[in-house]
Amino acid sequence: MSSTFFTASPHWRWLILAYFFLGGLAGGSYFLATLLDLFGKGRDRRLVHLGYLIAFPLVCVCGLVLTVDLGRPERFWHMLVQSETFRPILKTYSPMSTGAWALLLFGGCAFLSFVAVLAERGWLGWPLLRQLGSPAFVGRLVTVIGALLGVYVAGYTGVLLAVTNRPIWADTTLLGLTFLISAASTSAALLILVGSWGGASDDSIDALERFDASVLVLEAVVIAALIASLGRIATVWLNGWGLLLAGMVLGGIALPLYVRFRGWGPRRAIGPALVLLGGLILRAVIIFSSDRLT
Amino acid sequence: MSEPMGFFTDTTVCIGCKACEVACKEWNQLPAANGGVRLLSGDSYDNTRHLDGIHWRHVKFIEQFSADRRQGRWLMMSDVCKHCVRAGCLEVCPTGAIVRTEFDTVVIQSDACNGCRDCIGACPFGVIDINPVSGTAQKCTLCYDRMKVGLEPACAKACPTKSINFGTIADLKKMAQARLGQLPQTGESRAYLYGADEGMLGGLNSFYLLVDKPEVYGLPPDPRLPSRNLKSSAVWSMLGAVVITLTSLISFRNRGRRDV
Repeated sequence: MSSTFFTASPHWRWLILAYFFLGGLAGGSYFLATLLDLFGKGRDRRLVHLGYLIAFPLVCVCGLVLTVDLGRPERFWHMLVQSETFRPILKTYSPMSTGAWALLLFGGCAFLSFVAVLAERGWLGWPLLRQLGSPAFVGRLVTVIGALLGVYVAGYTGVLLAVTNRPIWADTTLLGLTFLISAASTSAALLILVGSWGGASDDSIDALERFDASVLVLEAVVIAALIASLGRIATVWLNGWGLLLAGMVLGGIALPLYVRFRGWGPRRAIGPALVLLGGLILRAVIIFSSDRLT
Repeated sequence: MSEPMGFFTDTTVCIGCKACEVACKEWNQLPAANGGVRLLSGDSYDNTRHLDGIHWRHVKFIEQFSADRRQGRWLMMSDVCKHCVRAGCLEVCPTGAIVRTEFDTVVIQSDACNGCRDCIGACPFGVIDINPVSGTAQKCTLCYDRMKVGLEPACAKACPTKSINFGTIADLKKMAQARLGQLPQTGESRAYLYGADEGMLGGLNSFYLLVDKPEVYGLPPDPRLPSRNLKSSAVWSMLGAVVITLTSLISFRNRGRRDV
């Protein structure tokens, strides 16, 4: 038996599931918006704006959820500042420490880009704020830094689980990769949904759909690799959790791909909704199936 | 820094009296579980069940009987935080609440801990949990407050059979080796030390003399640091980020005839 089965659960449950899911969406949406911003076409502008507008509220919810989940929520700032010396604390070898800083800095970038979009759309009457968005140099800098931090926020949560001693989580090194790929697929799905309702161009959404299809295929490969990397420990999923995971692969990956390539009418609603649900279930299986062991 | 201090627990002389559990609870003013309402586990005489935020000592009862019940033995072991020289909890703690003391022990400072619970999953031995009264992660401090004034930890003081021995690590290792040499003469040839050498997390400052496999006592056979997964997890994630970036660039740039 793996030594990970002699440990205690940290009781990371629904709020952490919510954070892992929403953090992936926030980081992924910002990252995709930035890439469309830098390398897309002029007609992608609407989708770029929607990406930035989504990311900031989501990251706010993430911060709130994480704070509420603490045993002592009023001490949330201890993550960043040593309570005794009031000096900043950063442990580069602790994913939770680096993640707290990444989330804070990503939140800052997401806020600046959010404000820039409001200014560009004329909802804020101070034209100088447009400098916070592209094509201004400062704006480009903010979005590039924000996109890198967004990727970090989307993927570090899997590394955080791996850097424990818990069964499943610490028995593989592919959770960071899995969560990152899943964040990409779910963020693209969210942008397709929001873009379809929010007036984004057909061409922009087509590009995102192509991206999402490629990433979904990649996600299926990564999940297979994750199971293979667990070896005999994967047998702990020979139960309801395994069924749920299989359902996620079928309903959250295979079915959306089928819907897309069949070109069904409401595919832009059904496919992305299934992908989002699949991303949530994937994280739930990984979090809760370990929580129930020992 | 003072000399490294710790526990050597000789499980062969433990009689399961739980005096250590009681002394620990009393000295550290730890609350009762379930508001003091008794809940029997049905697992031998063990109703403490496991170490957690309000149980910093736990006497384990392992019943080993043959199918016909003619032969059998009891294994008893008072479990506690191992105060690892290379401690997983200390490694991951983001707030700096977990510190190494001048006695080379590992202590959680309750006033700095914010209850993030990262240390609970990082501990290879399942020692730490949240104390519901403080809302913070807690575990054995090796009675840091008593040691500061030259007293031995409450559990070692209360142990009537000297199963729990407190002292400098150097002295405890000598004591353990002497006991290992003595046991074969009494007919016990399976005895060995768990965690005494540096191969296990740099050495456990609370180590044990056992007479069966570690798993039998609920101890991991190969405890390791959580950071073992950090580098490769990060590399795989970075590789994923590169693939995602390339995939998105290809998807966003190549738009066929409609490309403008």
